[in-house]
Amino acid sequence: MMDLYAEEILDHYKHPRHFGHLDDPSLTYHDTNPFCGDEITLELKIEDDHVADVAFTGHGCAISRAAASMMSEEIIGKSLDELRAWEKESILDLLGVEVGPVRIKCALLPLKVLKAAVWGLKPEDE
Amino acid sequence: MLLDVAVSPDRAIDVEQIRADFPILERRVHEHPLVYLDNAASSQKPRQVLDAMDRYYRTTNANVHRGVHTLSEDATALYEAARARVSEFVGACCPKEIIWTRNATEAINLVAYSWGRANLGRGDRILLTEMEHHANLVPWQILAAEKEVELDFVPVADDGTLKLDRLPKLLTPRTRLFAFTAASNVVGTLNPVREMAAAAHKAGALALVDGAQSVPHMPVNVQELDIDFMAFSGHKMLGPTGIGVLWGRRELLNAMPPFMGGGDMIREVHLRESRWNELPWKFEAGTPAIAEAIGLGAAVSYLAGIGMEAVQAHGRQVVDYAMARLSEVKGLRILGATTNPRGALVAFTLGEIHPHDIAGALDSLGIAVRAGHHCAQPLHQRFGIPASTRASFYIYNNEAEVDLLVAGLQKVIEFFSS
Repeated sequence: MMDLYAEEILDHYKHPRHFGHLDDPSLTYHDTNPFCGDEITLELKIEDDHVADVAFTGHGCAISRAAASMMSEEIIGKSLDELRAWEKESILDLLGVEVGPVRIKCALLPLKVLKAAVWGLKPEDE
Repeated sequence: MLLDVAVSPDRAIDVEQIRADFPILERRVHEHPLVYLDNAASSQKPRQVLDAMDRYYRTTNANVHRGVHTLSEDATALYEAARARVSEFVGACCPKEIIWTRNATEAINLVAYSWGRANLGRGDRILLTEMEHHANLVPWQILAAEKEVELDFVPVADDGTLKLDRLPKLLTPRTRLFAFTAASNVVGTLNPVREMAAAAHKAGALALVDGAQSVPHMPVNVQELDIDFMAFSGHKMLGPTGIGVLWGRRELLNAMPPFMGGGDMIREVHLRESRWNELPWKFEAGTPAIAEAIGLGAAVSYLAGIGMEAVQAHGRQVVDYAMARLSEVKGLRILGATTNPRGALVAFTLGEIHPHDIAGALDSLGIAVRAGHHCAQPLHQRFGIPASTRASFYIYNNEAEVDLLVAGLQKVIEFFSS
């Protein structure tokens, strides 16, 4: 139907990985995209400065949910330093489709939350 | 020099003939004919409006109220003729009650900054409603913070109507202004403006009406409604962006201090003080949006040529058809009343599918709808949803386009359901 919704994106949207909660998260971060009302809560389990486990919840469009799902798979085992060095291309490459200027905020919301978490920013919405 | 606008009054709406006046409807989007259903955000423009603006720039362009040369005189005549047309269109007493602004938002801000700052103080109250567009919320929040004014809100019922039985309690002796929309841009509710204004007046408050969604779609007469201020935007009623209107009763406008200072709004200027120009120019500092005002004048003539009763009847016919067809779509929930007459728009949710995905998918079929909170976040919060999808109609939309929307939504469901 549309180039934006590649098969893999649709699969992650319909069957999001790591969707839910962790028993004992080390970090919990939440953010919203006021433009469309998307919201995501990211929970991380950190061991030895590495991501041991991750879970996310929230409402969002297919792009933001797929991005959160793909990102969750990717960050397990990564060090906090590695994740601090992530840039927006890290997520856009995972998505593997051309995200236009309108939808890029949807795609990058999970990264925004992740960055806040790994940099230890004071959560605004908690 | 009069605006040259082709009109044929007293005729039932001929959608095919109207469509021929809108060049953009020939455009294809993603290889599909454009189906433009985002009119509550901004309408398209007929060639009569485009031509009036183009002709102005090609033959008349000059600053207004300044030069004694021919072009400036002609430009001023066109500019003020547009004001006179708009004045007549909304039933104002006279053109001096028509203040040009950039849009409805600026018109409301003008009242908040000028009338509000001069007249409101600690403990005064402003009554709003839960269904307001951000344009009729945020200016009052800013004023309330600055002047220690309290804000009250008429609640919205589950069917999208206002709980007007609360008015006697909400209109307190300290309420100075009741500012409300005539027509909701989300739930489609048409509010009883005259009754609400009368209640405000009975309580000693002024009535400001956000007419952004009513003036484009129905006959509006500010004197018959007996209101005090009304704001509306040109671009939602076939006119260009960058031009809007504040209508106000002239005794109120006369008593108000200027909004912005600068050229054209003054009578005489000294180094340390100035005297203000008379209405309407007191509120129009600097070189105005001349071509845009002329464009709005042409738009108003175009609408008047069709007749606003006919415009309203057509909108009702298309939205009634849309409501009936959309109710066939599984999982689709319409926001607001499904029975009462409503404005020419319908906002809905579709199962768990996010409005951005719906709008993105429909766009790939050439169908333009709005997704999000439509600048009415509190109203969405009221209904417990972050966002909705909205289809909004105008004079050039037809039932075939509604069918395309419904077919598109069926494809969306198929595509996104697991």
